Amino acid sequence: MITKRIIACLDVHAGRVVKGVKFVDIVDAGDPAKQAARHAREGADEIVLLDITATHEGRQTLLDTVRRTARELFVPFCVGGGIRSAQDAEQVFEAGADKVSVNSAALNDPMLIDAIGRSFGAQAVVVAIDAKRDPSAANPVHEAQVYVQGGRKPTGRRVVEWAREAEQRGAGEILLTSMDSDGTRAGFDCELTAAVSEAVGIPVIASGGAGTVDHFADVFGRGKADAALAASIFHFAVSSARSLKEELAKAGVSVRLPC
Amino acid sequence: MRVTVIDYKAGNLTSVLKALRHLGADTVVTDSDLSLVESAERIVLPGVGHFAATERLDRTGLTDAIRASVARGVPFLGICVGMQWLYAGSTEAPGQPGLGQFSGSCSRFAESAEKVPHVGWNSLDAKPGSRLLAGVEPGEFVYFTHSYKGPVTSDTAATSFYIEPFAAAVERDNVMGVQFHPEKSGATGLKILTNFLSWKAQVK
Repeated sequence: MITKRIIACLDVHAGRVVKGVKFVDIVDAGDPAKQAARHAREGADEIVLLDITATHEGRQTLLDTVRRTARELFVPFCVGGGIRSAQDAEQVFEAGADKVSVNSAALNDPMLIDAIGRSFGAQAVVVAIDAKRDPSAANPVHEAQVYVQGGRKPTGRRVVEWAREAEQRGAGEILLTSMDSDGTRAGFDCELTAAVSEAVGIPVIASGGAGTVDHFADVFGRGKADAALAASIFHFAVSSARSLKEELAKAGVSVRLPC
Repeated sequence: MRVTVIDYKAGNLTSVLKALRHLGADTVVTDSDLSLVESAERIVLPGVGHFAATERLDRTGLTDAIRASVARGVPFLGICVGMQWLYAGSTEAPGQPGLGQFSGSCSRFAESAEKVPHVGWNSLDAKPGSRLLAGVEPGEFVYFTHSYKGPVTSDTAATSFYIEPFAAAVERDNVMGVQFHPEKSGATGLKILTNFLSWKAQVK
């Protein structure tokens, strides 16, 4: 039976992981290749590397990082950050990524989704959406807005509509980050995740707000998420994807175990 | 061991090449050089994307070269769309024939409340005696990403279940295919690729 995925996320700046992991050997803390390998060894179902440098000068560093990280990684590997064209995507694929995630560039030019999907297949295109509820709206969840620039700039687009358009253009998955929940450790935005998941026929990856194992169980249940991103949870709640999945299995969630 | 990897310009070969090289294989890639297929010790046909892209194999003469090598006993592994191509065809591209090594045609998952594509880690139910899946225990997980699937027949080496049972692996003599991505399926996937590489072939 199909399992819910736990995706380990590495935020990378100038070739180094910027959010370390409490339980890691300090020598390895900053190296994306070593951290990705460790997450895979410790049961992560997939690895996402988000480049937060995203400058022109940083592209070569990123490609080197992707190449080194992919070399010994035999689970799905997604790379995001600064991918503005099909050529950018092609370079990242050639360096060893299986999927790319696009966010603001796809909002500026939605045809980017079509272009990458046509060349590399829908399974290779993840559209990342940064979402905030609209408290002034009649239905704050269904009218949640898409933001860019780390949640500072509204785009005037509704999350559910943009997710539908992304699917129609050939996205293979949606990576939905709740800017309201991100960093709170108070739980995922399950209502918003469910609204998006019910609106599209492609998998939805939930992100933002995880503080406990129960939050993951909740977003897989009530939130109807197909996968969830795990980053800072490894700082305080569980030591590895494997222990997170063992706890989830006890709560009745279908996960890949043993792993 | 030299492995000829077929490039038909549908998606990205990097992950497959990386996994084969990791396991010690020499890899050569061709999108048109028939001699690399005729002299191949192993052939791998990867593939993500649309079944219609396999038309390129017919146009370049690769289909006939592969058919001849397979008939001589060269071990062949199709991955994802590469496995689907081993059937007679697919409703994804009606009119575009497959290699026809296995009976039946591929079709889209039935309409249901479940999402299509089927993306993620799912468990394998392998048939005893499969050489490709030797050492794979019941319930081991592999990574899938696909919307079309092959029918379960007497040549099915493993099934998985999503909406309905479907062929996760096919195998008859030297012709094998996997619907999942062994290059992305952790230790289980590498074990399956190792079985393929260490297969004792009797090539005429």
